[in-house]
Formats: sequence, C-alpha cells, structure tokens
Amino acid sequence: MSDTPDAVKATRPEGLRPGRRQAHPLARFLVRRILLAVLMAWGITLVTFVLTNLVPGDPVAANLGQRALGDPAIVAQWRAEHGLDKPLWQQYLLHLQGLLQGDLGTSQQSHRPVSQDLAEFVPATLELAGAAILVSLVLGVAFGVIAALRRDRLPDHALRLLSLVGISVPTFWLALIAFYVFFYRLQLTPGSGRVDAALGSAPAVTGLQTVDALLAGRWDIFTSAVGHLITPALVLALYTIGLLTRFTRSAVLEVLGQDYVRAARAKGLPGRVILFRYVLRSALVPIITVAGLAFGSLLSGTVLVEAIFAWPGVGQYAYKSATTLDLPAIMGVGLVVGVVYLVINLIVDVLYGVIDPRVRLQ
Amino acid sequence: MMALDIAGLTVTIGGKEILRGVDLRLEPGRVHGLAGESGSGKTMTGLAVLGLLPHGARTSGTIRLGERDLLTLPPKELNRVRGGEVAMVFQDPATSLHPMLTIGKQLTEHMRHHLGLGKAEARAQAVELLTKVRIPGAEEAYRRFPHQFSGGMRQRIAIAIALACSPKVLIADEPTTALDVTVQAGVLRLLRGLCDELGLAVLLVTHDLGVMSAVADEVSVMKDGLVVESGPRGRVLREPAHAYTRSLLESLPEAEAR
Repeated sequence: MSDTPDAVKATRPEGLRPGRRQAHPLARFLVRRILLAVLMAWGITLVTFVLTNLVPGDPVAANLGQRALGDPAIVAQWRAEHGLDKPLWQQYLLHLQGLLQGDLGTSQQSHRPVSQDLAEFVPATLELAGAAILVSLVLGVAFGVIAALRRDRLPDHALRLLSLVGISVPTFWLALIAFYVFFYRLQLTPGSGRVDAALGSAPAVTGLQTVDALLAGRWDIFTSAVGHLITPALVLALYTIGLLTRFTRSAVLEVLGQDYVRAARAKGLPGRVILFRYVLRSALVPIITVAGLAFGSLLSGTVLVEAIFAWPGVGQYAYKSATTLDLPAIMGVGLVVGVVYLVINLIVDVLYGVIDPRVRLQ
Repeated sequence: MMALDIAGLTVTIGGKEILRGVDLRLEPGRVHGLAGESGSGKTMTGLAVLGLLPHGARTSGTIRLGERDLLTLPPKELNRVRGGEVAMVFQDPATSLHPMLTIGKQLTEHMRHHLGLGKAEARAQAVELLTKVRIPGAEEAYRRFPHQFSGGMRQRIAIAIALACSPKVLIADEPTTALDVTVQAGVLRLLRGLCDELGLAVLLVTHDLGVMSAVADEVSVMKDGLVVESGPRGRVLREPAHAYTRSLLESLPEAEAR
C-alpha cells in the first residue's frame, strides 16, 4: 500500500481507510455466518437423503415379512403408506416437510420415533465428547505452551513423547487397555455405563448426567457420573491432546519470533502479559483451526469408545442401526452428526472473528 | 551531561564476535546517527542497550544510564528501564505492532504498568500523544487496529508508543527503511522535532547516509563490530577521516552526497 506525502495527508480529514459504519462489524459477521450455516444444514438434509436412498437394499424387503412380500397388494399398500410410490423428489419434499415439523420417521428397530431415540442417546454422547473436548483443549494448549517455552529441554522432550503416543495409538486399543488397567486391575475407576445404577438418577433436565445431578443437588450421583466419565473421556481426548500439544508448540514458537513480541519486551511489559496478551492471542488462530478439525474426528472416535465402555450414546445407536439397515435411524444420526460438524465450524468461524479484527473488519 | 554512555561493548553469539568494543555517547536533545552496512553490528548495538539480544548472547563492557549499568542490571529493574527510560522504535511498523490489539491498548498498557495510571488518565495521555505525532482524528484512531492505517501512520503510532512513558533515550532502528520514500521525510522531521522539544537522546540506526545527513547531529560509522569513525555530522560527512567512510560516501548517488 502506498503512502501519500504529509501535506496531502494533513488536509484529509481522516488518515484512516474509509470504513462503512452500519451495524457492529462483529454482529454483521455473525449474521452472515449463521445464514451460511442454515444453507449448509439444508445441504446436509439433501446429502443424507440421497445417500440413504442410494444404498442398495429395499426398505420393503427389510420391513415386510417373507409372506407379505409375496402379495403384490400388500407391498403396494405398504409403499403407498410410506410414500415410496411417489417420485424421489416428492419423497424428498415430504421428508423435508417432516424434518421441519421435527419428524425424523420411525425406527424399524425400536419402533419409536427416531427423534425420541436420538433425544435419549445424543446427550450421553454430547457429555462424553464435550468432556473430552474440554480436557483436550485445556491440557493440549497448556502442554504446547510449556513445550514451547522450555524448548529443547526436558519438559519439551517429555511432552513430545506424550503427543507422539497420543497421535499414534489407536483409540480402540487404548480404550481396551485403559479399561483393563484402571477398572479391572487397579480398580481405580468404575466400570461401564454412565452412573451407578444403585444410586438411581437425577431428574432429566439437560440429559447430561453430571449437570442434572448438580441441578438436583445430588453429590453422590455427580461424583459417580464424573468417575464413570473420566476414563472414556481421557481415552477419547488423548489423540486431540497430542495433536493440540504439537500445533500449540509450533504456533507459540512462531509467534515468539515475531517483531511485535520483541517490541512488547522493549516496552518492559511483564512476561505473563506478553505471554497471554501478545503470544497466545496470535497463536490461538492456528490452534482453533486444528481444534475444529480434531473435534470432528473425535466424534467418530466415540463409536469405538462407547462400544467398549458400554456408554449408551449415539455411537452405539448408529452402529446398531447400520448393522440392521434401519434407514430412518441412519438418516437421523447422519443429520445430527452433520449439524454438530456445522455448529463446530460455526463456532470456529466466529472465534476467528472475535480474536482477529482483520477477519471481522474485512 | 550524558544520557547514555556505551563503553567497550562486546557481544559474542555462538562463539562469533559480533561487537568488538563499541564506544558511543548519547546526549539529551541530540540525534546520534549510527551508520554502516548490513552486518556491521548497528542493530545489535541498539538491541544490547535494552537487553534484547538473541538467546545465548554474551556481553562485556558497560552501558551506563545515569548511575546504572544496563548490562548488569537485574531483570526486574531492567524491565522498568525498558519502555520507561529507554524506548525503541523498530524497522517495520507492519510487524512491530500487534495486529489484533487496538492502537489504544498498545499505547496505554505500558503507561499503566510503568506509571501506574488509571484507565481514563492513560487514555487522555494517549490521545494527546497521537495528536503530537500528528495522527489525524486521534480519538477515532485510539479505537482502531494497526491494519487500518498506512505504513507512515503506523510508524508514527510506533513512535507515540515509544514516547508514552516519557523516556530519556530513544533508539530508532532503521525507522524509515520500510517506509515509502515520500513519507520518510515526514517521519524524520517528526523524530527531529520530538528530540528538540522533549530533550530526547536519540540513537538513529540507519544504513542510509541520506537519512543521516538530514537529521543527525553526531555521526558514528561502524564496520565489522567496531566504530571506525565518530564526530559531528558536518565533519564526518564532508571530510571523512577513515577510508571506509569515504567508500560509503562514494557509493551514494551524486545528488545525495552533500
């Protein structure tokens, strides 16, 4: 960008770039991102619908008995009942109409509305994945910063080993080993499930055992729920911890070499101010990018972890639905997972805008 | 009276001698130009004053600020000197300002830390400073971010930040090198004016003898980690005693060698 001589500059009312001032820039940024997310959500419904209808396999055959299949009248009636005699685009519109009314169809396995099934299983997964995300963010960023500040010294080497293990070890193996060691051998943690059945349960408000227990003031349930949560959450988080440690380390090291960090030192600011205000703020941008991606893969990890720890979550539900070709349930799970991805990406985008003024002011 | 007295300064990094006994004296209200080609140790001299040398650098000699020797000052006290008594302006304002912090934040944080000012007080002083370095619309500029300003404006802001705690010594490391030629003169005039007005002792590090001849009172020429020539601008630039200074001057285009 070129500069004009002083004389010219002085006569200009503002030496600043012209900026349109309408709504608050962050608010406008937010609205734009949310509109985009709605558009993407519609795209997800289209993709899940098309993919499930591409699956080789006849829902009629999957649902009607052998004898009923032999009777063309029954088959035709069943097809008409479920709207399968209509062209695909009409079926999609009906499907979309149902979605807008919160109707995801009926599971052929549980014979309950899919929405009801999901409402039961999704919170368990959210609790597990949420705990894993929280743990991995806190530990991953902290480890990365420590490694960068103690570069090439003992803490750095130790943390490099940890992140290497976290990234390389397969989740299902780790889950089995953790279950065996901490529950079976050391008996440090409770076994499978979300909470001790003997304690009963707190009234469901959020569906998250820990939160519900706190809301009801049931400390016994809360500690039991946290105890059940620790091992699977840590197992799930270890990969993300390793990944975040690595990326945070390199991001912090890069920022430490920036001119503005040296300028901050030249201003005589205390080390902790430089670290939090100058270094971490800049380093957060790449960290958030990686975190967003990692949380996506963390969700797929829940399927395995839930199976091993008998965690009654959406991963188990998806597994059962897939093996029995329960199409409405599969579509429902696909939709939920897609929307979760969308929300994560939305959060990442918004965080970019919050952290970096250059993003929201463009 | 001496503002800053550098004597016998040596710097060794990884077994390599970067500075080999540098002597420099800065006086209040005077601009001391430090010239020399890349790698001659000009910038290292400036960084050594604030203890900002790269990790593993070893130093000897003295850098006296009043009664204190900056080279042996405990870290905590050195931090009080940095930004408080000795301030620095860096080469490229595009990278020396934090892109995600407002101008106001970067102007007031060290004021509040060093001088213990309240938020409102610091803000009032910051706006005054921005006006002093001739940033138009200072109130508005306070809330803006660095990327919303042009290069010349950013360097003026960097100068305002350096002046925030009323330092006695200002080290300006190639402050115009990254700027458009058209705005260089304005920034230099500003530096010169502030030096006279505030009685600042300025160390102006530059490889540009044109810049030097425009504003410096004293000129020192460095080569291979040593000051080879030092004296009033007129004498050094007109009747250079050292062969290296002569070759520097001869390498200038005709119009600038005056």
